[in-house]
Amino acid sequence: MSASITAGWNSEVRKVLIDPLITTNPITFQILGICSALAVTGSLKSALLMSLALTTVTAFSNMFISMVRTQIPNSIRIIVQMTIIASLVIIVDQVLTAYAFDTAKKLSVFIGLIITNCIVMGRAEAYAMQNPPVMSFLDGVGQGLGYSLILISLAIVRELFGAGTLMGVPILEVVSKGGWYVPNGLLLLPPSAFFLIGLMIWAIRTKYPAQQEKADFRIHDKQALGHR
Amino acid sequence: MSIKAKIDEFLALPNDSTKKTVGVALALCLVCAVAVSTTAVALKPIQDVNKTLNRKQNIIDIGQLAPPGTPIDEAFKNVEAKVVDLQTGEYVNDIDPEKFDARAAAIDPKQNVVLTREQDIASIKRRAKYATVYLVKENDQLKKVILPVSGYGLWSTLYGFLALEGDLNTVVGLGFYEQAETAGLGGEVDNPMWKAKWPGKTLYDEQGNLVIQVTKTVAPADDPRSKHQVDALSGATLTSNGVNNLLHFWLGKDGFGPYLQKLRNGGGA
Repeated sequence: MSASITAGWNSEVRKVLIDPLITTNPITFQILGICSALAVTGSLKSALLMSLALTTVTAFSNMFISMVRTQIPNSIRIIVQMTIIASLVIIVDQVLTAYAFDTAKKLSVFIGLIITNCIVMGRAEAYAMQNPPVMSFLDGVGQGLGYSLILISLAIVRELFGAGTLMGVPILEVVSKGGWYVPNGLLLLPPSAFFLIGLMIWAIRTKYPAQQEKADFRIHDKQALGHR
Repeated sequence: MSIKAKIDEFLALPNDSTKKTVGVALALCLVCAVAVSTTAVALKPIQDVNKTLNRKQNIIDIGQLAPPGTPIDEAFKNVEAKVVDLQTGEYVNDIDPEKFDARAAAIDPKQNVVLTREQDIASIKRRAKYATVYLVKENDQLKKVILPVSGYGLWSTLYGFLALEGDLNTVVGLGFYEQAETAGLGGEVDNPMWKAKWPGKTLYDEQGNLVIQVTKTVAPADDPRSKHQVDALSGATLTSNGVNNLLHFWLGKDGFGPYLQKLRNGGGA
């Protein structure tokens, strides 16, 4: 092993593991997996479990798909990927019902929906089909972590200010239990996550202007010439 | 030809040939099916234990059978589960209450009763012929009865338990273990503050009419009606109505009515 190969490997590892955290984040940059980011971030506990489940599924589906990538007939490529992803999701769901029953009960429908989560399919197509298993696995972990970071931040804001609790433990004493904090009920409803994700994207793209997309068209800066 | 040579020959086929496509699809299905079914079968016992424990914990909490934190088996040892035929109100002794699943039975045409529009005030469309009730006895004296209840709210069917004192009139507690109402509005059926309004309420007036009511205009505390009334959830009229309706359904003649009548006469217990 020469030093240059090790260095190259390291920078590649850093690229697949660290970049998805902010710069190529699946939610704020690739705009994938928004639906579950709205649905499960009302409480920190479900966000954590969902993050764990999605990271596991993305990592392993990437790995398995990459392992068979040279043998997959192109005509049934998507079906093969879906079958592998769906099997993994069922296994994760079964494991959660066995070992984290209470939370799994609340999350069950969203766990099932990991199958259709764009991040998993997207990474299988974009990365695992072209790269070796270990790197694909790490790519899955990196993407999962990027997703988790956003989910956990959203959940902290939503649960803390929406219900006054974190992980179900009261932090801000809410009025209905005799405290001083009037919880913001909107934060418990899914649309609030839209606003929060929008603000996050704004902040990140201001910090990294390279992420800003070119406008499809430019609004004319003069008044349109009217008829009158 | 050895198996290995055959596999090598198969793998060497061009990826988009028909033979390879069919072969890969079959092999993939086989591997995935084995993986999924192995997991499901291997984890089934643990999942079943979880489900039973979860149900018992709900019964303990709603029926206030033991202080929080008591081990489930300890708290559940005085509880006797029985399967009741809802129509006659008689116990059915040849069905194991541990095994009987009312929710599965409710959608099984052999084991359910389709409700007419007039009967179906809880909007559940059909109910199982039988239901599991939980009796708490002390020295042969009936202390508490815990009845499973369910009914439609705004978005979802609420599943829960209603716990009654031995007089079959005073409420010990009402709680739902499964619902998907709007978080923060209808979802407040799970709020301990709201659940705390139930204990001590009575179901029937002096004439024996079922008068328990979830209402947004609760009579003042000194009014005799107030002991039958529970303040509705603000911002959740349909969920509150759902709770009201499901109580009236399950305590009525198409629910546990006949059974409660038998218990009151001392016949059932």
